[in-house]
Amino acid sequence: MTSIVDRRKSKFNRYKDLRENPTELLEPAIKPVKEYDAFDRIEDITDEGTFEQFDFDFPETNPLDFDGYVEKKENLRDENGCHDAIITGTCEIDGWPTVIAVMNKKFMMASMGMELGETFCKALEYANENHLPFIIFTASGGARMQEGILSLMQMAKTSAVVKRFKDDGGLYITVLTHPTTGGVSASFATLGDITLAEPKALIGFAGPRVIEQTIGQKLPEGFQRAEFLQEHGFVDKIVRREDMKEQLAKLLRLHGNVYSRR
Amino acid sequence: MSAIEKVLIARDKDRPKITDYIDNLFTDFFEQKGDFLGKEDGSIYGGIARFHGRPVTVLGHRKGKTVEENMACNFGMPGPEGYRKALRIMKQAEKFNRPIITFVDTPGAYPGLEAEMYGQAQAIAANLAEMSALKVPVISIVTGEGSSGGALGIAVANKVYMLENAIYSVLSPEGFASILWHDSARRDEAAEVMKLTAKDLYGFGVIDGIISEADLMAAVDTKIKSALKELDKLSGQELADARYDKFRYFDEALLATENQKEMEVV
Repeated sequence: MTSIVDRRKSKFNRYKDLRENPTELLEPAIKPVKEYDAFDRIEDITDEGTFEQFDFDFPETNPLDFDGYVEKKENLRDENGCHDAIITGTCEIDGWPTVIAVMNKKFMMASMGMELGETFCKALEYANENHLPFIIFTASGGARMQEGILSLMQMAKTSAVVKRFKDDGGLYITVLTHPTTGGVSASFATLGDITLAEPKALIGFAGPRVIEQTIGQKLPEGFQRAEFLQEHGFVDKIVRREDMKEQLAKLLRLHGNVYSRR
Repeated sequence: MSAIEKVLIARDKDRPKITDYIDNLFTDFFEQKGDFLGKEDGSIYGGIARFHGRPVTVLGHRKGKTVEENMACNFGMPGPEGYRKALRIMKQAEKFNRPIITFVDTPGAYPGLEAEMYGQAQAIAANLAEMSALKVPVISIVTGEGSSGGALGIAVANKVYMLENAIYSVLSPEGFASILWHDSARRDEAAEVMKLTAKDLYGFGVIDGIISEADLMAAVDTKIKSALKELDKLSGQELADARYDKFRYFDEALLATENQKEMEVV
């Protein structure tokens, strides 16, 4: 697996690019995925050299014996340097120790199967045991169809673990990025104590095409985008990518050691 | 019987509906309407009733029996207000220490414009989270179609049962075929691949039992009675913990590596 450090070395200063091309700053949600992946995100958000990735041990899973599923995952693992569509670990953000999780939509649209759900839960449980805040950057097409009912049940599993973490006093921050839909939007993505979103990110339960087919009409401009969700009361703040670290650090500072107040 | 035959039986419009279960198995039903946040949703039907004399909260998806009812209930596809109504009456059940019994029968949560606008995803997520910690017995029975998050949104229960011809799945077979093969006409094949029958789910350890449909109402009655008897032995906190553990660890065996399995044996 390519380490964060290796990847960092291989990259040039992306912010310089962004400054030279300001339209990208305005519409990060619709930038091609290959230009900004989960590892870029971690690099941008965490203090340099502080990210330590969790390495949970999983067997190969294919509960429906779905044709080609295992091969597909194997190929994606090599391409993406992650075992499934979520990367989790500990880090510091502006000096604040935090558990961070980032979903990787290059891996089967970050759909949620057993391994993703379990990784999320284990990372969150680590945060709970160690009294750390938890930040997740969500992006997902929804449930991992290839795992059938077992993927659906991840919604209940992850939501239960979030509930326990929050009830135990933990700070749970979600950052909704493009796109966050289906079973992920209807579970841990929308349970944040604080909910941030990236500009223009598509966020919703049903996909726009399904809705259009159901109601038989075109959807209005901006429907299900982050701004639309905020207008309807489901997003605390829309934060641009270049301001993300600063805003997260501010939230961590404002909450301080939340566990001490239990 | 093939999987698609089960799907068609599960969807049969003449199959017993929540109103039949309430009429046959409960007395003194008092319907509660509204999410008390500004909306009412006919696709979730529920309230307070007695089960063998004991006050319980009973609720479920309502598809309706006539065309007029179908329309009024949106064919059993709730919007966020339906899930919020369900949560409201479940939290009330917890307050008054009433067991909760839910009947699951939905093609899914409604994929509509207003449903999205008012937070379909958030409403379902809230139910999943809150139900996991309820301190009263929760029993869910999938009676027909248990489709997607729309079904699970009222099915985070201590005991989950399925009728022998019910289905429970991540999506409809049509949707599954459309997403994975870009061809919704391959639904029969999808139904087979998805493993969505009661027997399949029991095999996965996702449900606790299968209810025979030979003498349906009597069988459901017996199952609820025996489940309550078992759950009554637990305190409120124990009920919440048991439910949490059930959903947290249902796939533990599937996710154990060979190493971990060996260690357990040692």
